[in-house]
Amino acid sequence: MKKLMTGNEALARGAYEAGVKAATGYPGTPSSEILENIVQYKEIYAEWSTNEKTATEAAIGAAYAGRRAITTMKQVGMNVAADAFFFAVYTGMRAGLMIIVADDPGMFSSQNEQDNRHYAPFAKMPMLEPADSQEAKDFVKIAMEMSEEWDVPVLYRTCMRVAHSASPVELGERNWDDEKIPEKWVRNQEKYVCSAMFAQKKRPMIEERLIKLVETSNKIAINRLEWGDRKLGIIASGPVYHYAREIFPDATFLKLGMTYPLPEGLIRELAAGVEKVMVIEELDPFIEQQVKAMGIDCIGKDIFPRYGELLTGDIEKACAKAGIIPWEKVAEQRALTPQGLPGRSPVLCPGCPHRSTFFNLAKIKDLIIVSDIGCYNLGALAPFHATDFMGSMGAGFGVAHGFEIGGIEKTGQKIIGIVGDSTFFHNGVTPLLNMVHNGSNVTLMVLDNSTTAMTGHQDHPGTENTLEGKGKRVDIEKLVRAIGVEHVLKANAFDVKSVDAAIKEGLNHEGLSFIIVEGPCFFVGKNTKPAFTVTQDCNGCGTCFKLGCSAIARSEIVDEKTGRKKSSIDPVLCVGCTICAQVCPRKAIVSTQAA
Amino acid sequence: METINFLITGVGGQGTVLASEIMAAVGLAAGYDVKKSDLLGLSVRGGAVLGHVRWGETVYSPIVPEGRVDYLVAFEQLEALRHLGQVKSSGTILVNQQKIYPVLVSSGLAEYPSDEVIETSLNRTAKAIYKIPAVDLALGIGNSKVLNIVLLGALSSLFDIEAAVWEKVLEERVPKKFTELNIQAFREGRNWMKGK
Repeated sequence: MKKLMTGNEALARGAYEAGVKAATGYPGTPSSEILENIVQYKEIYAEWSTNEKTATEAAIGAAYAGRRAITTMKQVGMNVAADAFFFAVYTGMRAGLMIIVADDPGMFSSQNEQDNRHYAPFAKMPMLEPADSQEAKDFVKIAMEMSEEWDVPVLYRTCMRVAHSASPVELGERNWDDEKIPEKWVRNQEKYVCSAMFAQKKRPMIEERLIKLVETSNKIAINRLEWGDRKLGIIASGPVYHYAREIFPDATFLKLGMTYPLPEGLIRELAAGVEKVMVIEELDPFIEQQVKAMGIDCIGKDIFPRYGELLTGDIEKACAKAGIIPWEKVAEQRALTPQGLPGRSPVLCPGCPHRSTFFNLAKIKDLIIVSDIGCYNLGALAPFHATDFMGSMGAGFGVAHGFEIGGIEKTGQKIIGIVGDSTFFHNGVTPLLNMVHNGSNVTLMVLDNSTTAMTGHQDHPGTENTLEGKGKRVDIEKLVRAIGVEHVLKANAFDVKSVDAAIKEGLNHEGLSFIIVEGPCFFVGKNTKPAFTVTQDCNGCGTCFKLGCSAIARSEIVDEKTGRKKSSIDPVLCVGCTICAQVCPRKAIVSTQAA
Repeated sequence: METINFLITGVGGQGTVLASEIMAAVGLAAGYDVKKSDLLGLSVRGGAVLGHVRWGETVYSPIVPEGRVDYLVAFEQLEALRHLGQVKSSGTILVNQQKIYPVLVSSGLAEYPSDEVIETSLNRTAKAIYKIPAVDLALGIGNSKVLNIVLLGALSSLFDIEAAVWEKVLEERVPKKFTELNIQAFREGRNWMKGK
């Protein structure tokens, strides 16, 4: 009996079946559900770590201890983790280790688009890429065995379409002795101490290993030649294989599950057996360049785009343009959608604690707002437009300091750096240390909503719980004071005036000031109160629209004096957070309980 | 056989993800190969959501290829319009008669398309269009939240798969205390289609 599973569910199941004992990670779309699913398997220890580097180090250590281990991250998390897995390629481990990265072609929820396949040759480790849920599960076991056979971490590269799509999966069992204690550790400095003198000795072995792995890549069952029509031989991996199969059901395919090192023998066999080789791959010409370096001519990025997803329609159009398939076969979108439809971009939810901060910040002139990654980045959008920058985790503090040392304050502009609570722990503490030590004079804010909200409400060091249960909560204020910040201010996110006062005081203070705005994410607090309503005193001034709350709308009732349409509140959407009532100049918004 | 392609559109919070899960599971139970894909992440914050479900003998891509949607199941009228270009001329549209204003509209910065525009756009796209008052039907049995299951009930009437197959999948996927309500919602949608 097959079970319908998403790629992330199947990957978690694969970890269970493959005897994984430790799983770490930092949340990030589209990878977050891997650990959220792993936690249901009691045999596996699972944790949300503080960031991807910490998570990777923990997984490496668990594999040193002798436990099969995995670590998960989204595509940009790979950059944070890189420092750790590069050394693990040199040390090897005592048990299998998988570095799982979920790429995001098309940038559905990422600040950049990066092709993490490059990390395989960069760090010199083998790489597997599943194409669907069945492979997402099965490849875990293959990766673990490969990791142990070659004493090297295996890069497992998935992507959004595998992670968040579902297809039928044949399940297996976990044949593993979970009670077994790891073997005692024996000191082995040549293997595990990465000082130059030891690492230099290993360096040739790392190259030799990659050469030998080419033979594995030629023989492994997940790299297969599917002979068909001999006119075209297509090389594809991951979900792109399925998109391409849809268009070329009868062509010859080299379907790759292991994409580094490439199976040179199979590629040469394919080239010798078909008239023309075509590489279809999303993002960079990773496979294509290697195929060309083998002296094999192929069609590739000369016809396919180098960015964005390469879905069936994209492949079809590129092939039609190049004369490979007739245009009649291409089903394009019909021009039926009316022009100028209003967009539906994400907004801060009704009851969101970030609303008061951005309402206040939007009013301040000559302020450079250096923001960061999380729901609060929605402060960049209408109606607030209240940020100047967003780049990477922790950069809300790090770049704020950079504006300062760049001397921007000489223009009369002030600087405020903003990060969320999970972001603060992830990579905000080190720039804060840097600023305290170097005598910074900017204002910093942590918007503490007690969760990692954007990725689906995961816990972090500032929350009471861990992924598996109760944990110890790290107090942001105590930490900040211990680091040496003297001017620490606190504000209640659901009290607009207190947020306003804290921001003003922080900006007027000479020296570093640190504001903690506290208020739980609505989905953590679930503090629904009776809805608010608009009374007849409303004159349509529009102040409440500046809150960007989806529960507030312009009604059809026109105020006689001003001629403006009055506001209205949707009683189903409103959760009674009171923010709009606080900012209404005419006190025309009241609780339905009071009305 | 030709693969059957469904596109599910709506607004975060309307229950589209559960609906596409059920559709995929029903396809599997009916003996099809099935793939499904949801766009998650930012879209849950009141943004637009999009789900793809495909039933067939062998389904390759989890995404419905461009311009090949057989059934557009729209949970909201504006979100129906956004994806009309994907629907085959032989396709079918089921649209919930609900309007959810995006913040751009509610704050007066943009206009929601008029009923006339909606009507003409739908009519020139497909021949079979079902305008389903799913919210009213759901409220009729006491809970607007089951509008997603009402729509599934309506959709189910267009296939030769027995209602019992759908209802069994439904029972497996919804919390026990809501089973009866959901079955009722399913039947409400299915019955409504009988008159059409």
